[in-house]
Amino acid sequence: MAVDTSTLIILVLVYLASIFYLARMGYRQSSQTDGYMLAGRKVHPAIMALSYGAAFISTSAIIGFGGVAASLGMGLLWLVFMNIFFGIFIAFVIFGPKTRRIGLNLGAVTFPEFLGRRFQSRFIQGFSGLLIGLFMPLYAGSVLIGAARFLETTLGINYNFALLIFTIIIASYVIKGGLLSVMYVDAFQGTLMFIGMAFLLIFTYVKLGGVVGAHQTLTDMAPLVPQSLVDIGHQGWTAMPSLGSPLWWTMFSTLFLGVGIGVLAQPQLAVRFMTVKDDRSLKRAVLVGGPFILMMAGVAYVVGALSNVYFYRTTGQIALEVAGGNTDLIMPAYLNSAMPELFVMFFMLSLLSAAMSTSGAQFHAMGTAIGHDFYQEGIKKGKSKDTTIHATRIGMAFSILFSVSLAYILPISIIARATAMFMGLCTSAFLPIYMGALFWKRITREGAVASLVVGSVGSLFWLTFVHAKEAIPLGICQAIFGKATLLSGTWPLVDPILIATPLAFLVAIVVSLATKPMPEKFLDKCYSLMPQDEDEDDFEPHAHTNADTASV
Amino acid sequence: MLGIDDPQIWLAYVSCVVSALGCVVYGALNWKDGEEEQVVKSSTPRPAVQE
Repeated sequence: MAVDTSTLIILVLVYLASIFYLARMGYRQSSQTDGYMLAGRKVHPAIMALSYGAAFISTSAIIGFGGVAASLGMGLLWLVFMNIFFGIFIAFVIFGPKTRRIGLNLGAVTFPEFLGRRFQSRFIQGFSGLLIGLFMPLYAGSVLIGAARFLETTLGINYNFALLIFTIIIASYVIKGGLLSVMYVDAFQGTLMFIGMAFLLIFTYVKLGGVVGAHQTLTDMAPLVPQSLVDIGHQGWTAMPSLGSPLWWTMFSTLFLGVGIGVLAQPQLAVRFMTVKDDRSLKRAVLVGGPFILMMAGVAYVVGALSNVYFYRTTGQIALEVAGGNTDLIMPAYLNSAMPELFVMFFMLSLLSAAMSTSGAQFHAMGTAIGHDFYQEGIKKGKSKDTTIHATRIGMAFSILFSVSLAYILPISIIARATAMFMGLCTSAFLPIYMGALFWKRITREGAVASLVVGSVGSLFWLTFVHAKEAIPLGICQAIFGKATLLSGTWPLVDPILIATPLAFLVAIVVSLATKPMPEKFLDKCYSLMPQDEDEDDFEPHAHTNADTASV
Repeated sequence: MLGIDDPQIWLAYVSCVVSALGCVVYGALNWKDGEEEQVVKSSTPRPAVQE
């Protein structure tokens, strides 16, 4: 993007100074394990909601999905509705309070620990930690690459240097300050993102003749849709694709399988429910969360689609033609040519914020998963001499290095699928047992273990050997069996979520019903409204060492 | 409606805005309402798991 680089660099420096100030504020308050791992369990609802939203929405969700909307049209707005309804309302009001309460009653400080303690199984905690520690770096790597490419084009700095500096900046405050630092920084970044997107929407509507005028012009442009898109069902940017067409199926499966359901079982998001002090805080957080997602995804899709009107008026071409067929270039091209220069600079900070907040949340989730859940609880069985904070810091350093290495090593075809792979894996592995943990008292430890293993192995097997979108770029099936995918016909098109998730649900139900229910007394403790301290004799001694409470 | 002919699209557009507004109303009602539910002790030792 062509803007005055020296002004932009000054803006970036002021921005970084603000971030380090906020991170330091969080660090000074993170004096104990709960502070470092769970931000002290008394975060303000607005900060929790902004942090949740900012971690959820990355730069690629704004730039990439905005570009997709420029190509496919406003039908994607159904995804925004799903994001608000499931991703915020259902998540905060139905999933959140029970997660917070059970997590608190059992003293869990991470998502894997929440599952492990709910099912009284170190295996579940260790295995979940390993799963996150091994596969989240793929997702983190893809966000790092996106951010580095973004810095390369905006600031004109070397890609490798950009990748390194971006990682070091985030790593420094995540490792040092823990979740409270991350959440304070997220809230600041989320606010910048919100303001940036609000201005973008207002500028766009003003420039294109108001809400109705802009939409009407886009509606009238339907005959300009390229023939290749018409052939697969495109009927205009303000019309749904024709029912049952390939494009309709793509949109339908994205709506339901993509972010809509997958978001409910994301470890780095679910852990945030445990950072607030009461159920009411979660309900209050809905006030900020709903409008935030509307202003992020909703604005990106509307502006992306409307960019066609702007480009047609100024160049006589639709957005896809202006960007040479690459949807990722549509939003940057639109911003650069349609928006005032000062706004473009501010918006770049919003985009940088989107990338940093997602990466920060990932680094913290990976570090706690490897250091605390996998190593301390899974391998050392809670008998490690290290403090939780120390082990987590080592875990973070290790997983950040792993993510950066993957960003350098893996081919772009695999990185492009990384987000979908990780979200799919989380959904199949965690959603059935997470829902069971919250809503079904009859689920047993054995049922949860079987479901976790079947869900994760099933998902990994399907994406490695059957689902063409991952199996072909991975090339493992080709190397072992000499063919791209094990099955043929429509099977290679079926998403792993559709196979592994129902299977994991089924296994959880069948195995649970065939095994002995968990003790009534323990379940009472899990679901009780007040933290219970008097029943601790029934259990092993506390897993976190006394040293955990030492100052950071 | 809103310059969009296809009801499936303007319905999506309106649903997004209405659901976000619904979130604001829901949050606001809970905001002004009542006392804190419970006081949480930070870093309270918790029981470990059995295996």
